[in-house]
Amino acid sequence: MTRLSSAFAKPHPALVTFITAGDGDTAANLDALVEGGADVIELGMPFTDPMADGKAIQEANIRSLGAGTTTAEVLRIAAAFRARHPQVPLVLMGYANPMVRRGAEWFAAECAKAGVDGVICVDIPPEEDDALGPALRAHGIAPIRLATPTTDRARLPQVLAGSQGFLYYVSVAGITGSQQATKQSIADAVKRLKDTTNLPVAVGFGVRTAQQAAGIAQVADGVVVGSALVELVGQHGDSAPEHLRRLTQGLAQAVHSAQRVPA
Amino acid sequence: MNQLTNSFRNQPDERGHFGDYGGRFVAETLMPLILELEREYRAAQADPAFTAEFDGLLEHYVGRPSPLYFAERLTQSLGGAQVWFKRDELNHTGAHKINNCIGQILLAIRMGKTRIIAETGAGQHGVATATVCARFGLPCVIYMGATDVARQQPNVFRMKLLGAEVVPVTSGRGTLKDAMNEGLRDWVANVHDTFYIIGTAAGPHPYPEMVRDFQSVIGREARAQMLDRIGRLPDLLVAAIGGGSNALGLFHPFLDDPDIKMLGVEAAGRGLHGEEHAASLLGGSPGILHGNRTYLLQDADGQITEGHSISAGLDYPGIGPEHAWLKDTGRVEYTAVTDQEALEAFQLLCRTEGIIPALEPSHAIYAVAQRAKAMPKDSVILANLCGRGDKDIFTVAEALGVEM
Ligand SMILES: Cc1ncc(COP(=O)(O)O)c(C=O)c1O
Repeated sequence: MTRLSSAFAKPHPALVTFITAGDGDTAANLDALVEGGADVIELGMPFTDPMADGKAIQEANIRSLGAGTTTAEVLRIAAAFRARHPQVPLVLMGYANPMVRRGAEWFAAECAKAGVDGVICVDIPPEEDDALGPALRAHGIAPIRLATPTTDRARLPQVLAGSQGFLYYVSVAGITGSQQATKQSIADAVKRLKDTTNLPVAVGFGVRTAQQAAGIAQVADGVVVGSALVELVGQHGDSAPEHLRRLTQGLAQAVHSAQRVPA
Repeated sequence: MNQLTNSFRNQPDERGHFGDYGGRFVAETLMPLILELEREYRAAQADPAFTAEFDGLLEHYVGRPSPLYFAERLTQSLGGAQVWFKRDELNHTGAHKINNCIGQILLAIRMGKTRIIAETGAGQHGVATATVCARFGLPCVIYMGATDVARQQPNVFRMKLLGAEVVPVTSGRGTLKDAMNEGLRDWVANVHDTFYIIGTAAGPHPYPEMVRDFQSVIGREARAQMLDRIGRLPDLLVAAIGGGSNALGLFHPFLDDPDIKMLGVEAAGRGLHGEEHAASLLGGSPGILHGNRTYLLQDADGQITEGHSISAGLDYPGIGPEHAWLKDTGRVEYTAVTDQEALEAFQLLCRTEGIIPALEPSHAIYAVAQRAKAMPKDSVILANLCGRGDKDIFTVAEALGVEM
């Protein structure tokens, strides 16, 4: 079992939390997410042009790059996290250009060395998989793909081919930090996805509160929370960890105690 | 067969790749839409009614064909090759941008889309988009970097007069790339009803191919006009390059004429040695941005760096993928011209020909002047005069230290 598959094999749905690397004291912030009960960590790689992100994550990217965060620093943060938390799955999430800048092979090898379990690249769809996918798979890093409300039945097999780790269902057609989709539409979509794949399905975009997270956890294998956490980092700076811990605890409790509603 | 495999005119491949460049590097949300756009574009290409409507609008609304003009006094003053201009600055709205907007809005209507968005740098593409939206009665939102809003006020007001909503974008340095990011964000959230009219031959497949095709009317006309006027084709084609659409529009119909040389002119801003330029081909390296793999201005970590040009329409850290491929294959030569040189050429054309050019083609005109001097008098240069300079008079006045 990989770290990722173990996280989704727990007797309860998984809480997946996102923050941007290099925004604030990232090590302390990541520790707070783990202490709060996060099952999977997504670490955002900052990019100058985060065109799929809303205001909160855009600003986190600007803060991080403004503080001088480099790719080497992101990898150092990941490696240090792996040393402190040998069992907690860590996924890098970001955009293609910083990932392929020194070559896909270089990036995949560095991820493997740092103990990264998976990579989500927002702007590499399955059609362009050869830009990064083969290198990741060769190094045992899971390429985690996104499915969206616009991913139709005909297209889904292509999205799933070569996908590993889990499938990230983006519940709204929009950027991060958007309004949440209705619970029914999420339930329908997850059922459709699970009819076609054995990969765990985690649902994100627009999830901010424990109540929302609980609702999604009834129908999905995981719930992803990003903007709400990133906003706390922006608001609280050095004292962000305690706020992150508190929000994560509430989310984890809600997600972990959710009663599965059979689809 | 041999002819075909040696052609420079049969790119991209079915995945939208021009050699190593191009492609469809977009978020999954947009992917199905882009595939649908491609299907619809293929259907439109095969539909004589679509072509007829496009041609009709270009003739009666845009004012095509644009004249082919022999710049006699400029030629005399340079003392070398004959200089000819393709006068796309005489188009309705004052630049080549409208050719592409007509094509794309017809596609949008064909696809049943009811809302149009676009990005703009100089405001020429924004004005052209706002114009076709008014013409066809569709609501229009234009994203424009806040810096560009400030330096292209006349065009901002034009867009508003035409009924468009102009949204200033403050992220980044507030120029074209930031406007494009915001356009993409809008599009992802409104895929069901919105068509994104991209203003240059860049972005995800099929945009680079589609925009090139719509702009190729420039080169097709020029070819026929040259043969008609002097019974031969030019020796050298010259065009300014922002994203590369006016250049491809001129070049593409000539790419398989081996004797015709081509020169694309990037913006060298304050000089290629520093960081304050917008020359992605000459001063950048390959990477992935805004849906395609192409040459970019970027640092060692792949972070996009902000370019600079006095010309808002050239101030973009990327370039259409077909140019990246044409550069690597060596079919087209690329050079760069500084702000200062462009200003010189701007004034030269004003005084020798009575034509106030936009700052974008002023870059091309400078390169034309350099090359013409070194070429024999019986040789012919054809340059794309892709925009008029009314929008730039405030920028030029400021650069020349004139208070208005
Ligand atoms: C007059 C004019 N020329 C050139 C350009 C650059 O674009 P492209 O390289 O796509 O022709 C612009 C862009 O705004 C423009 O307004």
